[in-house]
Amino acid sequence: MTGSIEVVPVEVRVPTVLRKDAGGQATIKANGATVGEVFEDVVRQFPLLAGKVVTEEGTLHRFVNVYRNDEDVRFGGGLEAPVEDDDVISILPAVAGG
Amino acid sequence: MLRLGHDVYLRMVAHALDGLPLEACGLLAAVPGSDLVEAVYPCRNAAESARLYELHSLDHLHADRDAEAQGLEIVGVYHSHTHTDPYPSPTDVEQAPVPEWHYVLVSLREPEPMVRSYRIVDGTVSEESIVLDDR
Repeated sequence: MTGSIEVVPVEVRVPTVLRKDAGGQATIKANGATVGEVFEDVVRQFPLLAGKVVTEEGTLHRFVNVYRNDEDVRFGGGLEAPVEDDDVISILPAVAGG
Repeated sequence: MLRLGHDVYLRMVAHALDGLPLEACGLLAAVPGSDLVEAVYPCRNAAESARLYELHSLDHLHADRDAEAQGLEIVGVYHSHTHTDPYPSPTDVEQAPVPEWHYVLVSLREPEPMVRSYRIVDGTVSEESIVLDDR
């Protein structure tokens, strides 16, 4: 490792269905060098969100999709994906049926 | 009750027909607190199936952003049933993600499309009326 990873605040967009667990907010400012760290900070700020986006096993919940800007993080490094200044992390409910 | 602008209704039904033989799906947006749908966002069916739909999450993201930029919010989802009634399937009920949303079904079983809207809260389905708004 060379030096420390800079910690940057990013914007996390919260879907309607989770806002009641996020103090009613549509967006949250959170810190972290990776998507996973950002969600850890989100849960520190709003403990009711624990388990709603990241499972207890430390994987993305299957009922949500998470985007870093325009990239689905499932296909772009998952929770290990690095975040940069001005990134926007969007949480979306998975919408499916028959 | 769900109110649909006439153009919204036509775009939704046209998208359902265009999608055949697969199920088609999309999102509906309204002014927050209103039941008048003013925008429709046809989305890709990532499941590419005649029996299932999975709203493409990138299309969802873009619809969400566009709605917000217009002062709207996503208030519901529509999808087609190609050969069955316009009633939510067990999978639709099980996977309904947002209790506040309207769940619109477009059945293409008969030559004339049948459109119905439902609320799905905690696994309980209740139909609501649809009113076409001519403004």
